[in-house]
Amino acid sequence: MDQAAIALNRFGLGGLGDQDPPSEPRRWLESQFAAYQPAPAIIASQTGSARLIEMLREARDDRRERKDEARAAGTDPKPKDDNLPGPYRPLREVYIQAAGARITAALTSPAPFLERLVHFWSNHFAISIDKVSALGLAGAYEFEAIRPHLLGRFGDMLNAVERHPGMLLYLDQAESIGPESPLGTRAAQRGKQRGLNENLAREILELHTLGVRTGYNQQDVTEFARALTGWTLGGIAKQPALRGPGPKFWFAAVIHQPGTRTIMGKRYAQSGEAQAQAVLDDLAAHPSTAKHIATKLARHFAGDVVPIALVTRLEKTFLSTRGDLPSLYRVLMDAPEVWGGTAKFRSPWDWTLAALRATGIKSLPGKSAAGTLQQLGQPIWKPSSPAGYDDLAESWAGPDALVRRVEVAQRLAQRSGAGIDARKLAGRLFAGALSPSTAAAIQRAESGEQALALLLAAPEMMRR
Amino acid sequence: MLLHRRQILAATAASLLLPQVSFAKAATERRLVFVIQRGAADGLATLAPTGDPGYASLRGDLAEDLLGLPKLSGMFALHPALKQINAMYGARQALFVNAVGLPYRDRSHFDAQNVLETGGALPYDRPDGWMNRLLGLLPAGERGLAISATIPTALRGPVQVSSFAPSALPDASADLLQRVGSMYADDAQLHPLWEEAMQTRAMAGDLVGSNAKGALAAGKLIGSLMKGAEGARVVMVETTGWDTHAGQRARLNNQLEGLDAMLGALQADLGPVWADTLVVVATEFGRTAAVNGTGGTDHGTASLAMLLGGTVAGGRIVSDWPGLGQSQLYEGRDLKPTMGLDAAIGTAVAEHFGLDPAMALPQLFPGSKDPRISGLIRG
Repeated sequence: MDQAAIALNRFGLGGLGDQDPPSEPRRWLESQFAAYQPAPAIIASQTGSARLIEMLREARDDRRERKDEARAAGTDPKPKDDNLPGPYRPLREVYIQAAGARITAALTSPAPFLERLVHFWSNHFAISIDKVSALGLAGAYEFEAIRPHLLGRFGDMLNAVERHPGMLLYLDQAESIGPESPLGTRAAQRGKQRGLNENLAREILELHTLGVRTGYNQQDVTEFARALTGWTLGGIAKQPALRGPGPKFWFAAVIHQPGTRTIMGKRYAQSGEAQAQAVLDDLAAHPSTAKHIATKLARHFAGDVVPIALVTRLEKTFLSTRGDLPSLYRVLMDAPEVWGGTAKFRSPWDWTLAALRATGIKSLPGKSAAGTLQQLGQPIWKPSSPAGYDDLAESWAGPDALVRRVEVAQRLAQRSGAGIDARKLAGRLFAGALSPSTAAAIQRAESGEQALALLLAAPEMMRR
Repeated sequence: MLLHRRQILAATAASLLLPQVSFAKAATERRLVFVIQRGAADGLATLAPTGDPGYASLRGDLAEDLLGLPKLSGMFALHPALKQINAMYGARQALFVNAVGLPYRDRSHFDAQNVLETGGALPYDRPDGWMNRLLGLLPAGERGLAISATIPTALRGPVQVSSFAPSALPDASADLLQRVGSMYADDAQLHPLWEEAMQTRAMAGDLVGSNAKGALAAGKLIGSLMKGAEGARVVMVETTGWDTHAGQRARLNNQLEGLDAMLGALQADLGPVWADTLVVVATEFGRTAAVNGTGGTDHGTASLAMLLGGTVAGGRIVSDWPGLGQSQLYEGRDLKPTMGLDAAIGTAVAEHFGLDPAMALPQLFPGSKDPRISGLIRG
């Protein structure tokens, strides 16, 4: 690939069929810092998390009522079909809309390199609609906690992420209760089991900051979970003591575990919300976090086998700038390991965007966006675990996965084939780098439509 | 008889490395299905030790569905959602190995799954998976298959394997598929993947594009890909959703119902082939002995493995039960592993395929530190 193709594909989201490649690739990347929009119109018009929490509460109430009615009528309260029960349908609609907005923003953004980084961070701090409580909030989470902090500090993004209702619900933090908190004590006196949930504490350490096997132990996880008690949502709980102000993040002193915590040998004597905040601040500045983030960024841009020297430079920059994200992005822009590295196999998300951009499509209805990515194996905001989607070729280059892409390529070509000359488009997208076998396949195609399908399925399109 | 070049090469290479492995009994009619439960399935609710004096108080509300159940043995009751697995147990085609663990103890899903799938002693110790190495021990040409679009770690490695999962997309035309095949002919990465995909699609027949959904359809689909001379001999199925930190009772019930329906449908679809089949169901680690503060359980240590199928010496529970007393728990919170999960899987799989476990176990699970567990498969 030449420099323009690397800027477009490895840094960006793929070339546009109706635009020439940038003549000055490095300057084109630099210009994106000013052009990036945290909230373009299509995203600003989506439902915000305050309303979504209300909708979630309504859905839960609705479901409860339906259950009670069914029980009174003696019917099965749990319909066994694959469709979501009615109460959650409005939230499903919000998800579909937001998925469409995400694709449209990626297709029309003046800053595709930075859009790629939005997707990177959203996946690093992944939440998943596998959990029905995250269904409506998944889009709002990315739009409210990731996008506004893309050009800020890592610690700012971390703070926004761990306080966002989407994360608090997805990793069960909203329900975690200090056993010796005022409410925990009262519950215990009445013989009720109310207490800790370690889920968020563990994943902050393992996935969001330090990384796995970096020296913390089970005791540290439990202590951090205790420090985090009280970080919850207001405006959704049934219980009056937990209703709180909202609907939004709420530090609920009534469920916070009192006392000093010791995490990785350091004592945290703060009280209230400040205690877990102090832990987060230390985690955001920790050398293990710097290494973890540096490695993931290097893998995303320089190839599956990470160049150690690049990781070291990213790590040093992370520590010396106190996690300034644009400084990290500029290390990548200056890295010969990225400009000269080996190509990455495109994830289904990356391939879909590249194919849509190549064919000049500027927006996609949410339903087709969500459906296509589902079929390609990377449903939007739906990784099967909080680790997010994997960033290695082996995770995406499967036999059946390739067939799916060819099926989608055929459908895209049917939609736009007549107006596009695949031979010209191939020249624009891959210039001198087009392989003889791809060129021959396109030349010999039986129709313009088939030629376009072949171009979209070509080996050159599968990698960035 | 003409031997294919690939078979000769594979046999030579294998015999150089493993002079004592006998292929004689590696009956090609044998099938293996490995069902991984990603997310740490709760063994203490799946095969509940209701006869342990500590169980009811540790588990609180979570024990309610389980305490009154009839026991399979003096100690354990099977979760009521597992109706068909219960019937297999009655027919001596289900065996449970309880309180098993991996050499890895740090409670990260992703690291532990990596150890379970690679068979290493440490996470990311090895690049290839134990199922791929198993294929290397079987006669050349036996097919490995992942029921997903891509290849999970356990099946990754030098032996080419296939992947398949039902798709709701409109089929690409046969002509386009063929042209894509020619276009990929010189691409070292895409060409072998494409060849595998085309072979598997041919086998799946009319299930391609039928948008098979749900557990019943999945079981039937897996069965259809395993039958016949060309059917896959080594199959991996991934299940998710076992990470029940909150609201475990209802969620786990649904999960187990789905697993049970899938395996029941697989048994029905395989018909006589079930007699030659071993299904291994396993998870990366267990969950805390006690219920947590949110009606769920957190990451634990020892768990449960299930062996199902016609070759299993079933109707038994194999366990060196460590007990649930506070001093008996691992780090005061988890069920203590008393047997190796890797040793159990490795030994059973070796015996199932007629391989010598003493030779095969170090190949499949080089990280295993626990003694072999023989007799899991009918002799």
